[in-house]
Amino acid sequence: MDSLVDIEITPQMSGKKNTIISARNVDVFYGEKQALNSITLDIPENKVTSLIGPSGCGKSTFLRSINRMNDLVDICRVEGEIKIAGQDIYAPEVDVVALRSQVGMVFQKPNPFPKSIYENVAYGPKIHGLTSGKNEMEEVVEWSLHKAGLWEEVKDRLQETGTGLSGGQQQRLCIARAIAVKPKVILMDEPCSALDPIATAIIEELIDELRKNFTIIIVTHSMQQAARVSQRTAFFHMGNLVESGATKTIFTSPNDERTQNYITGRIG
Amino acid sequence: MTNMLTNPSRLRKSRARIETRFKWFGRIAIGISLTFLFVMVGSIVLKGKSALVSSDVAIIVDLNADAVDPNDIHATRFDALMKKSLREMFSEVSSRKDKKKLYGLLSVDMGFELRDQILQNPKLLGQPQKLWFTASDDVDLFLKGSVDRALSEDNRRISDMEISWIDSLSEVGDTRSHFNTKFFTNGDSREPELAGILSALMGSVLTLLVCFVISFPIAILAAIYLEEFAPKNKLSAFIEVNINNLAAVPSIVFGLLGLAVLLNVFDLPRSTPLVGGLVLSLMTLPTIIIAARAALRAVPPSIREAALGMGASPVQATFHHVAPLALPGILTGTIVGMAQALGETAPLLMIGMVAFIADVPSSIVEPAAALPVQIFLWADASERAFVEKTSAAIIVLLVFLVVMNLLAIYLRKKFEKRF
Repeated sequence: MDSLVDIEITPQMSGKKNTIISARNVDVFYGEKQALNSITLDIPENKVTSLIGPSGCGKSTFLRSINRMNDLVDICRVEGEIKIAGQDIYAPEVDVVALRSQVGMVFQKPNPFPKSIYENVAYGPKIHGLTSGKNEMEEVVEWSLHKAGLWEEVKDRLQETGTGLSGGQQQRLCIARAIAVKPKVILMDEPCSALDPIATAIIEELIDELRKNFTIIIVTHSMQQAARVSQRTAFFHMGNLVESGATKTIFTSPNDERTQNYITGRIG
Repeated sequence: MTNMLTNPSRLRKSRARIETRFKWFGRIAIGISLTFLFVMVGSIVLKGKSALVSSDVAIIVDLNADAVDPNDIHATRFDALMKKSLREMFSEVSSRKDKKKLYGLLSVDMGFELRDQILQNPKLLGQPQKLWFTASDDVDLFLKGSVDRALSEDNRRISDMEISWIDSLSEVGDTRSHFNTKFFTNGDSREPELAGILSALMGSVLTLLVCFVISFPIAILAAIYLEEFAPKNKLSAFIEVNINNLAAVPSIVFGLLGLAVLLNVFDLPRSTPLVGGLVLSLMTLPTIIIAARAALRAVPPSIREAALGMGASPVQATFHHVAPLALPGILTGTIVGMAQALGETAPLLMIGMVAFIADVPSSIVEPAAALPVQIFLWADASERAFVEKTSAAIIVLLVFLVVMNLLAIYLRKKFEKRF
């Protein structure tokens, strides 16, 4: 089950060592309008890559084409090639359901299911048939909640509804839900924009912790956040990938003038 | 500063006036609608409540062996025995016309009532017994005080002579009134004192059952497909327009369709809840589809994204997450549609559910009446006593509606979830 087609994804099989996702000449269109122009980007494994750029620059569009959430938009069309561990995810034989079990997503606004905390986390493993038996499921739920740093806060009220938690807790519940199916990659679309600074700090710590097991791509509007949590940064502007590289390099000595202007607050 | 906050300017004054005025318009509107409702329900209850009471008259019947053979009870001519007993009680009545009036004190079912009482309690046999019988409708109305004695005899449904008989019975305590159980256990009858609502009530229940079983699943599947899966193109827009139009088609047209197609082409049994339910489900379908689509649309897209982002297939996302959240709204819409169907008369007239049905239907292929049709029939009947029956039937219909709405509220509360 852990595969896009019928092959197991392992780091050895990826084209280049340490690169798990490679995008080549990706164009995305919404109807007539082109939202992304020929994006070519490699995402390293077990690192946090942040996508930054002004509103409407295409960073969320790029993020959503990695787990094909763009398929939900009728008028959206993706051209070019995105490979995850060597497998082109837009190939016709790829099962979108399997892809999304490998590439989890955390959304801007915390969106736990209006069900119990337990059911929220158990949903993914249940529909993908990852556990056999109740005990194993309980282990997975506990493991996921531990990983998401939520276990201590909710262990006595797993049957309470997930929507009753605070905003920050809800977002960590969503992270627990995403990691419960043990994906390779977690996409985060501005995960902290609806949270207060304390909840944000907790999530940022969590992201740093999670990268040991997962590859994380995070879209953020906060330059400080990108600098704090990511090792790699890619700067998008008007549908183009302006430059990408080590976060430190991007923030200290960017090559492009537009990057310079954006990180210093002159455009954005 | 204080000046600015406390001193009313012209603008602020007129704004405050508009606020107050609007509040009062709202209150007046609510007041007017409540008054209408109160007058309508009040008048129906006032007229209908007397139908919940019925009158009995006690008659002495001599049940000696000559009159009723204990070994062959069924051979007895009970009707004749009743008439004889009445003649004996009022021996002064001699003319044929007056005798007829005398027999008319009791319901035409008096013979059957006597037989049933004997069969229930054979110990009565052998001697004269004082037994209670249902009074006829005119006597019943008189005993309830609905007849004005002061009116001249020509303007009353009951003559002076009949009044004197009833008075003589009342003086010795041989009349009584009690809760009218017959109204809830009998089917329709030509005789108001025997007419009951049960056949119409059962007819309505069975019709609604058929209507629900057919329209609910079809409407839900149609709504879910249109809202969650169908591509948004010209065809789906065309279908949407047509569904909305269907909801606005006058119900009698559906009745004609039922007559032409279900009865004439498919040859289904006429006057039955099966056909009634099918016709009403045509009417209910668009109502439920529209309500269900609105409920599905109200589910936040973030829930769909969450489920799909977890790798749920579209069907899983819909049935695990979206549909359960839309369920309260869907159920409310369904009950509104069913309540409309319950009150619908016109299409049922077309498919023959307007026939006189005295038997209580026990299956969907037996002829049956329906509550609104029963009301229509009784309102049209000439006997005075059907006036109160009509109102009582309306009360039953209203209670049925209230029960359905309470069910809707209960289900909504039960399935409602915060998100």
